Amino acid sequence: MSGAIKVAVLDYGAANMVSITKALAAVGAEVVVAAEPTALGDVDAIVVPGVGAAAPAMDHLREQGLLEPLRNWVRDGRPCLGICLGFQLFFDASDEGDADTLGLLAGRSVPLVDAPTLPHIGWNSVNAVRRHPLFYGVADGSYFYFVHSFAPTPADESVIVARTTHGQPFVSAVAQGSLYGLQFHPEKSAEAGLQVLANFVGLVADATRISRTAASGAAAGATGEVA
Amino acid sequence: MLARRVIACLDVANGRVVKGTKFLNLTDEGDPAELAERYAHEGADEIVFLDITAAHERRGTMLEVVRRTASRAFVPLTVGGGVRSVDEMRDVLRAGADKVSFNTAAVATPPLLTACAERFGSQAVVCAIDARRLPLAEGADVQRWEVVTHGGRRTTDLDAIEWAMRAVALGAGELLVTSMDRDGTRSGFDTDLLAAIATRVRVPVIASGGAAGPADFVSAVRDGKADAVLAASIFHRRMYSVGDVKAAMSAAGLPVRRIEESAA
Repeated sequence: MSGAIKVAVLDYGAANMVSITKALAAVGAEVVVAAEPTALGDVDAIVVPGVGAAAPAMDHLREQGLLEPLRNWVRDGRPCLGICLGFQLFFDASDEGDADTLGLLAGRSVPLVDAPTLPHIGWNSVNAVRRHPLFYGVADGSYFYFVHSFAPTPADESVIVARTTHGQPFVSAVAQGSLYGLQFHPEKSAEAGLQVLANFVGLVADATRISRTAASGAAAGATGEVA
Repeated sequence: MLARRVIACLDVANGRVVKGTKFLNLTDEGDPAELAERYAHEGADEIVFLDITAAHERRGTMLEVVRRTASRAFVPLTVGGGVRSVDEMRDVLRAGADKVSFNTAAVATPPLLTACAERFGSQAVVCAIDARRLPLAEGADVQRWEVVTHGGRRTTDLDAIEWAMRAVALGAGELLVTSMDRDGTRSGFDTDLLAAIATRVRVPVIASGGAAGPADFVSAVRDGKADAVLAASIFHRRMYSVGDVKAAMSAAGLPVRRIEESAA
């Protein structure tokens, strides 16, 4: 295989890294664990995993110098997937510890106030709001594994891909351009989870092929001019 | 709607899966990571490893089992047995586990539940309770259960229901309730015990000890009010598959995560 897709998983002390790195490898990605910005040099995509609280997570990202590189990566339109807390961090702010978060998507993470039990732990069904390639090959309503107490409320509803209900409906998947977010843990969701990760890697491959083609086209054009 | 979970339990001694009756007469049942992967593939919603050697010198063996399993089986993984401190729990989570279950250590040192919940969150802290029926006292009409520890070898003065409520107050996010009277006997779960606990706590209760067949899983949820059901030998010995159990639960109207036949 020529040039596997290279994915950086951000290690900022907020996640069990074993499952997410092995799951991405299982769907064919080359995985690097990135605890500092230099590790992002030649990767095709970034995955922001996470379990825990928003405020300390932001502190860790800042201390490790990953905050601005991550923001710039997403603002440049490059592929990025946030999982659970990593997904919530994409929004403006979180009620959890009243933290300012990355501000890449408009909206705020709020507690699931009407949930019968919190945290919301276990397998729950994910229901499509619109068709999206992230869920190709996954039956609508399939079960995925959740562990969380907060969920984001996007200001722009057009980014919403799927919802789940736990006492109240909440947003369980979003996509905007090459930015993807999942409230559930695909790396803990058996075959359905691996399928979503495989779809993500496929989307990254498409995006990378396009940018590589554009780059080589531009290079050829430049060469042509010189000649 | 949250699915009712079916959990495959693997008792691990010296890095191998073993099975006994009432924790005695152990027989070798295979490699933990291989069995865990098979169950995940068959549709198990979660895997629990109970380290029944639980000796400190074998900690490395168990961490290696967790690491291998988390690399192959992409479902939630709980480890119990022998974890006695926040630092030991951190090591188990770093190896790839999602939760740690405390039993004897929680009875001996209840604040351990609080310390671990504060550090890693209640969702990662399971309190395992091994309970045995007490003989009904003369003239009494309320059944009581006592907590036993050290794999059933030691009794305590603790009432199982009171201990369950206290464990939740201390920080446990889930209770794994095993009937020592039923464990390994294939005579069904102790649904009285389960219901007595499940109706008094707000965290999920996992039923354990005594599964003989799919109908027992249904009654653990329906009569025992359990959120999840755990079994070991009926899966190891291929008497029933996880799919058989889920089919019975689904037929009884319980929400379960079914997997495609072709995926199994």
